[in-house]
Order: sequence, then structure tokens, then C-alpha cells
Amino acid sequence: MSDDLRAAVGAGVLGSEDAYRDLLQSIVEVARAIFGAKASSIFLVDEEADELVFEAVAGEGAGELVGTRLPSSTGIAGWVLVTRQPLVLDDVRSDPRFSRETAEKTGFVPQGLMAVPLLYEEQALGVLQVLDRPQRSRFSLREMDLLGLFASQAAIGLQLLRAARRARAVLADAGGEAAVLARLAAVVETLEDDRREAALRLLREVELLLAQP
Amino acid sequence: MIEDELPAWSLPAAAVEPIAAGWPEQVTRDWAWGGATGAGVRVCILDSGVEPGHPLVGEVQGAVEIEVEDREVRVTDDEEGDLCGHGTACAGIVRALAPECELWSARVLGAGYTGSGDVLLAGLRWAVEQGFDVVNMSLSTTKRKFATTLHELADAAYFKRTTIVASAHNLPVESYPWRFASVISVASHEEEDPFTFYANPEPPVEFFARGVDVEVAWLGGETVVSTGNSFATPHLTGICSLIRSKHPELTPFELKSVLYLTASNVAGKG
Repeated sequence: MSDDLRAAVGAGVLGSEDAYRDLLQSIVEVARAIFGAKASSIFLVDEEADELVFEAVAGEGAGELVGTRLPSSTGIAGWVLVTRQPLVLDDVRSDPRFSRETAEKTGFVPQGLMAVPLLYEEQALGVLQVLDRPQRSRFSLREMDLLGLFASQAAIGLQLLRAARRARAVLADAGGEAAVLARLAAVVETLEDDRREAALRLLREVELLLAQP
Repeated sequence: MIEDELPAWSLPAAAVEPIAAGWPEQVTRDWAWGGATGAGVRVCILDSGVEPGHPLVGEVQGAVEIEVEDREVRVTDDEEGDLCGHGTACAGIVRALAPECELWSARVLGAGYTGSGDVLLAGLRWAVEQGFDVVNMSLSTTKRKFATTLHELADAAYFKRTTIVASAHNLPVESYPWRFASVISVASHEEEDPFTFYANPEPPVEFFARGVDVEVAWLGGETVVSTGNSFATPHLTGICSLIRSKHPELTPFELKSVLYLTASNVAGKG
């Protein structure tokens, strides 16, 4: 099977992009709740445009920021993405240069921020941010570890989202021929027991038929 | 002639010259950096740039921007300052520990994420060529294709007496150059004393330095309170600068030995 058809079948069974978006949304909601923060967000790097894109936002800015773009290598998120290093800042004065990009886009200037790169295998896929968690006496390395755990989860979510988008893009390029395979794969995936077995039997027959010279 | 047949790296016993190390029986912090100011030591901050005129940073002797276009490396005077705040923070920490060292900024960020690995390599290559005494690298890459070149550069630095101090990663991924034995790798401890640092008996992370709730220089002449291994790294860079300032003859191997001997969990209280 060609890569395109493989991707088409993949697109059928991968689940919808919406499902992965929901996963990312749930990760930022949980991160926000666990840290007791005002907001949390996930950025995905768009390599073609060389920009960071808000993919999920919880709390302050939710509903408006998704799709907003930032430069990929300046500001806090850009630094974290490029250097692969997590960063925590507290007691930030209301200097808009602190986080120019967020401030300009949202009008919301955080007093504190945690940012961690989303790494999957060799790739830096994006950045997870948690804004304005309550100030305590001291930050602890345990919180950093916790942030790292969320980051691992978010990175897997982003990777799945990217895979789903790629598969759909291939499908769109390949036009109707591949799309029918994707639909079939998706339908078979949802069938249960006897009907699934019957469908697979039928498809095997189709395969035999098509293999005839 | 036997000597001619010997490979270049062998040395007959009779030809071994004694090295006057001049180390005391017990290496103490006082011997290592007592009275040192960092004077005479050239430190390079490989990062997001350094804000000129920040009160916690003071004079920056030079600032360059590293760019790579079509494999062509361009090193130009940096007019942008700091594009994030992080480089300024690192410079401020080094300045606080080693007030009279010479600080340089090599900006390797700002030209986009795509291609940033090439810029990082070019920046490190430039810093090694310039013969800085200490290079602060609060950054890393996860791309394997850069690992070999980074490794070669780290070794080249090691043999040229340039000490690279690099932030370790606390995420479960492979990243470089901090994992290389020729650099000094640093993660964070939670204590407040900037001179407290620990040798790690279980590498690859070799040292822990102050990296939690550190008040650092930031953009606009401001300060912020910050946490991360990337702030622990300049603490060790500062201490390395002090040691090299008092003992300029030390190789990176010897410098690392002095760090070990003066670490707070080894004998460093002296």
C-alpha cells in the first residue's frame, strides 16, 4: 500500500482532530486546576510559518486565544521552545516587555509564569504554560517535576493531533479515491463482533477480486 | 630510531616532565577562589542576548548576533539586546558572583525555531574559536543530528581550556551538550546560598547549584524571581570564573577537580 493510502486508512481510524483537541483542552484544564492557576495554555509549533500557535487555553483567554500566533524564538515561550529548558518566573513587575507577546495579544499581563517545552522523541512540538499560580513562600522542585509530567502528557497529545492533521492533509490531496478507503476504515473500526467479522470477510473478497489480472 | 616509531601520544618515562601543580595538600575554597573577583577571565553568555546597561549586569564587553543562512554563518554586532530576558538574567548572576570578569553575549535566539540548532552550533563554534575561558550554555538540543558536531566542539573547547558550563535536563529525554563528559553539567538545588553547590555521585548531572527562587535581572532594568536549571548554570559559571581568575593555568579537567574538591558535600565548607 502506498504511503498516501496508508495515511488515508490511518485517518479513518485515528479519530477526529476534535478528539485530540479535547485531550489537549483537558490537559490545560487539569494543569490549571492542580496548580490553582489563573490560566494555562498549550502552543504548537507551526514549522512552515515558523510560529507558535495557541492550541488550547483554559482560564483567562479561553475561547479567544486559540489560533493566535506568536514568534517561535523570542519571548518566554520561544526561549523555552528553542532551548528545551523549562522556566519559572515569579514576582514579575507590570513591565509589558516581560511577556510582550502575551500582553499584546491578551491585555493580560501575568505576575508569574511556568513554561515547559513539549518534547516528543527528538522533536520540540510546542510549549505548555501555566500562568499566575498562587504565590507561596518558595517554589519547590516537586512542582517542576509535576509540570514535567503534564508536559509529557501534552507532548503525546500534540503528537497525535499532528499525526491526525497530516493524515487528513494527505487525504485532501489524494482526493476521493483515498477518502473512500478512510471512510471504510472508520466504519469498520466502529463495528462490533459479527458485523465487523462479516465486513472484514467481504473486504478480503474485494481484495481477492481486485487482485485478479 | 625507536622514538620516531612511537605514536605521537606516547611518552617515554625518561621524558616525563614533572608538573608543578602548586596545589596544597587540602584544596579549600579559600585556596580555590578566596579574594578572587573574576578579573582577567572572559565569560561568554550563549543565550537570548544581554540587555545593555542593566544595573545588575554592568558593562558588557561585546555582544554579537549569530545567524545562519544557506549554511553561511554571519557574526555581527548585536543591536537588539535581549529578546527574552533570560540572557540578561544569566549575565546578572555571573556578574554578582564574579564582579570583575569580562562578560560577552553571543545571541543564538531570535531568528526562528526552524534552523535554531544550526545557529546554536555556530554560536558555540564561535565561542570556542574566540578562546573564552568559560562559556555559559543554559540551553540544549534534542536533535541527534547535532550531537556529533556538538560533541566535537565540546571536546575542542576542553582541549583549548575553554570550560563549557551547560544546563542539565530534568525531563525524560536525551539532550545535548550537557550529557558530554567534557562539559560541566548543572541542575538545581533548593537552597538560597549562591556559593552552595553539590557534586553528584550519580552522573550524568555532575553538579547541583542554586536554581530555585533566584532574583535575577530581567528586561527593562527590572528583576524577576526565577526557577530552573538554566539559572543554576550561571551560578557555577560564576564560581568557575572566580577559580580561573585566581588560577588561570587550570585546564577544564583541573577546574572540574577543584569544583569537586570544594563542593559543599565533599569538603567545601573550608
